[in-house]
Parts: sequence; structure tokens; C-alpha cells
Amino acid sequence: MRITSIFVVIHITFEDEGVDPLPPPMLSVNNLEVVYDDVVLVLRGLSLEVPAGAVVALLGANGAGKTTLLRAITGLLVPHRGKITKGTVQLEDTDITAADPAEIVRRGIAQVMEGRRVFAEITVEENLRAGAYTRRSRTEIRESYARVLDLFPVLAQRRKSIAGYLSGGEQQMLAIGRALMASPRLLLLDEPSLGLAPRLVEQVRDIVVQINEQGTSVLLVEQNAVMALSIADYGYVLETGKVVKDGPSAELLADSDIREFYLGTSAGQRRSFADVKSYRRKKRWSA
Amino acid sequence: MTAFLQNCFAGLALGSTYALVALGFVVIFKSTGVINFAQGGLLALGAYLGYTFSNNLAVAFGVAVLLCCASAALVGATFERIVLRRMVGQPPFAVIMITIGLLFILEPMITAIWGFDQKQVTNPWNIRTVEAGGLVFGVRDLWTIGLTAAVVAAFFAFFRYSSLGLAMRVTAFDPEAALAQGISARRVYATSWAIAAALAALAGILMAAGPGGLTPSIGFIALAAFPAMILGGMDSPAGAVLGGLVIGLAEALTRGYQDELFSWAGSNVSVIVPYLLMIVILLIRPYGLLGTKEVRRV
Repeated sequence: MRITSIFVVIHITFEDEGVDPLPPPMLSVNNLEVVYDDVVLVLRGLSLEVPAGAVVALLGANGAGKTTLLRAITGLLVPHRGKITKGTVQLEDTDITAADPAEIVRRGIAQVMEGRRVFAEITVEENLRAGAYTRRSRTEIRESYARVLDLFPVLAQRRKSIAGYLSGGEQQMLAIGRALMASPRLLLLDEPSLGLAPRLVEQVRDIVVQINEQGTSVLLVEQNAVMALSIADYGYVLETGKVVKDGPSAELLADSDIREFYLGTSAGQRRSFADVKSYRRKKRWSA
Repeated sequence: MTAFLQNCFAGLALGSTYALVALGFVVIFKSTGVINFAQGGLLALGAYLGYTFSNNLAVAFGVAVLLCCASAALVGATFERIVLRRMVGQPPFAVIMITIGLLFILEPMITAIWGFDQKQVTNPWNIRTVEAGGLVFGVRDLWTIGLTAAVVAAFFAFFRYSSLGLAMRVTAFDPEAALAQGISARRVYATSWAIAAALAALAGILMAAGPGGLTPSIGFIALAAFPAMILGGMDSPAGAVLGGLVIGLAEALTRGYQDELFSWAGSNVSVIVPYLLMIVILLIRPYGLLGTKEVRRV
């Protein structure tokens, strides 16, 4: 499985060149194991890669370990009493395993947390300023600010509003904008479509595409598999702390298991999710 | 009328001191979720350090005030760094007990170094007064009100406009989301302790320059600032200042009219007024005068 995936990446990126040595991926997670409270094993040897400039989707049901993976990447395990017990996280050539969260942001990883988590008591403008906390150059911050307002006209209109009074969609835009204020090279998004109306989900999707086109690599964690795979170059499926399937989005979209369990459409007659024992699925996937 | 205004002035001066201490309480509570019971100890330490600078080292009083605030800030930040940092993630109750422990360490330490007897801090104000419009203003009281106003204004400017102030506010609101922005919670906590200790030290040295002089029991004033904080709303810096002034005014007015209005209740009714007021206000507004009700979308 691993070998095929590397092959696919090479194939996509270096179709015409072939001879150049492979540059390090933007992010690579190697054999990561994470334990909460010293006993609860949540990630069991998880590996994945985000190539530079790509959008990578991470799918999985509740409790699969998606959010834990993001915490492990960004150094936020500590407040949750989690620990990386094995494996490494690398940003290009640098090892950032269990580094300080501020250091990780400074090195170029920003994240949009699950449930938006905007600072509800302060204004939109102050939220955006908070996102640029690790940066020193005022001119650069001003540039990012202009870029974010350009990307989200709705935020430009409500600069002085208290963030808590924005609508859910606007808050999601604010959360994304706040992450962009750190001028990240890699953006992690944790379920940005959660709780949004279909039209807003589309809007979020377009924004992610636009951000990616401007040169930011994206790791998109989603339960909305259709949305995620529609814009991702590559996808991973996570189950109980392990990657059980990965491949180019088109391949995943065509896969009958994925269609059945993540897209809710199957070629044959519909089966109940409960009828299918999870070990059966795992068996099939690892075969 | 003159008597009333005179009492109000005394109340403002007293309330300013309360406001400084209460603001220190709020700064720490807001960012770390902990009530710092050692505030009175830091206040006493600051006052005694000011005494040493002013009397023993013969530094100009203004400089002594600055030095005692700076050294108290250093003590506060160091304590946070050495002790409290290890407590991150532990229940606030444990941390509160540690601050009580710090109070009990600071008190005997102060008496061991400086002794029990009353000290007079060398200062340019003493008991000088100025008269205006039939009222008598103590110079020290005027300075107390003026300095408090200046320091509170500086604090609010810092809190509102500086990037560290913004970091303090967002860390108070959602520590994890703040961390995700790369805001170092440690730096925020250390800053909160430094600010709170400096505010306490300023209140202490201003008290010590007053007619009461400097005794080890000077830290008890933090007990009266405590209702000021709760009354204003535990997480509201503006509420702390307002609460301090309200409590100061109430106490001074009760003392002023003790003989005419409160003689039936015995002497020194003013001492319990802060707590009575706190209870009444909390019955009406449980989150304090300016404490936050959660922001909700309609």
C-alpha cells in the first residue's frame, strides 16, 4: 500500500521530469503513535504526506483520530494530556515532532480548528490581529490583512463587529481568515463544513481552492467526503487511528467501499452501516 | 455639603487603592482562572521594598516607587515561572491553594526582614494639604487618585491596543485557540503576574506613605479589595476599578456619618460595609456590576 502511494505521488509531480531528486513533501507524518492520559492509544502508527502545493483530504468517522492527528502536528496535545510516543512529524526538512505550538506556527503551519473557535468577545479585526501574533513585520501583516479582506468581502464589511455576533458561515470565514493571517505555507482545516448550509459549504470549498491556488498547501479534514474529494488531489481514509486506504481522489471516489460508507451511494442495493461489521471492512481494505 | 464632598474625596482616595489591588486580582483571574490570594503579600512586599529604597538607600521617592513596582513585578513573574508553570493543566483549586501558601510564606518573611514595628516611609507628601473651595485635600490623596487614574489608563491602553494585551484577552477567552495562533500562554501568564504584582506594590507604597505608616498588617487591605473585585465582576478590569471606587466611597461615607446615622450599630460600621455591599450587589447581579454575560447570537 505504502509503495503504491509513493509511486502515485512521483507520477503526479514528476511526469515530465523524472530525473530530479524528489523534494521533501511539505508535511510528512511518519509512523505516528499518540497516547492520551498515558493509556488511551488513539493514533497507531499513522503515516501520511502532504506534497508541496497539494490539497490532501483526510476522511474518517468520529473518533478515528483526525483531530488528534492535527493536534499532534501543531503541538496542541499537551493541554489534552496527549503525548507522541512514537514516530515523527516533519515540515519539509525540519523535524517538528512535539515542538512548541508558537514555533510551529512561526515555521509556517496554521490551522482552522474544529468548531471555528473564533474569539467571540472581540471584534473581527482583533481576531485577525490575533492570528498574526507570531509575525513581527507590520508591513507584511498589513499585506496579509488586505489579502484576507479581499478573499472574504463579508469580513471587510463587518470589521468592527464583535465576532460572536457573526453568522456561522461568517465565523467560519473569520476562522479561515485568522489562520491565513499567520501567512502559512501549510493550512490545516478541521471540518470547515461542519454545521453549514449547503451553499456555504460550496463557498468554503471555493475558498479552499483559491487559497491553494495562491500557493498554500492544504490538509483538509472532513466528514463531508464528497466535498473534500472534489477538491483534493489525494485522500487518506482513517479508521481507529490508522490509514486504512489512500489514493488519488478520483480513485477513492470510484472505490466501492468509499462510495458505500463515506459517500452514501452504492451501485447495488443499500445496506445498513450497522449490518457491516467493522472488522470485515478493515479486512477488505487491508487486503 | 462640604462634609459630604470631603467624605467623597476621602472615599475616592481609598477607592483608588482598592481599585489598584482589585485590578491585579482581575488580571490574574481573567488570564489564568485563578484567584491570587497572595495579592496582599505582594502588596506588603512592594511597600517594604519601597521603604528600603526610599529610607535605607535614600533614593528619591518617585524613583523608589518605580523601583518597588519593578521589583515586585519581577517577584510575581519569577514565582509564576518557577512554581505555577508546573501547575498548568492542574485544577485551579490546587493553584489557589498554592497562592495561599505563598501568602503565608511572604508574611513571616517580611517580618523577619523588616521587623514588626511601624515604619515611616520618607516621602515628599507627608501630611501636607492644600485647600480649595472650602475643602481640604491631602497631597498624598491627590497623588493617589492621580497616579491610579494614570496607571489604570495606561493599563487599558495596553490591554486594548498592544499585541501582548490582545494575547492576554484571547488567552483568557479560549486558551487552546490562542495557543493555536502561536500565542504563548506562558508569556501571557507571566505578564499577568508581573502586572498584578506591580499594581499591588503601587497600592502598597501609596498606603505606606499615608498617615497609617507601614506595618506588616498593610496587606489586609487586599481583603477589602476582594469584595471590590467580586462586586465589579471577576473578569472585568473596568469592573474592578469601578468596584474599588464604589467600595471606597461607601466605606468613607459610612465612616463620615458614623455618629449621625450608624451609632445604633456600634462603632466602625465602615469596616463591614464593603462586604455588605458585595452581598447586596451579588444578589441583584450575580456576575457583578460589569462581569460578562456570555455573548450570544440572536
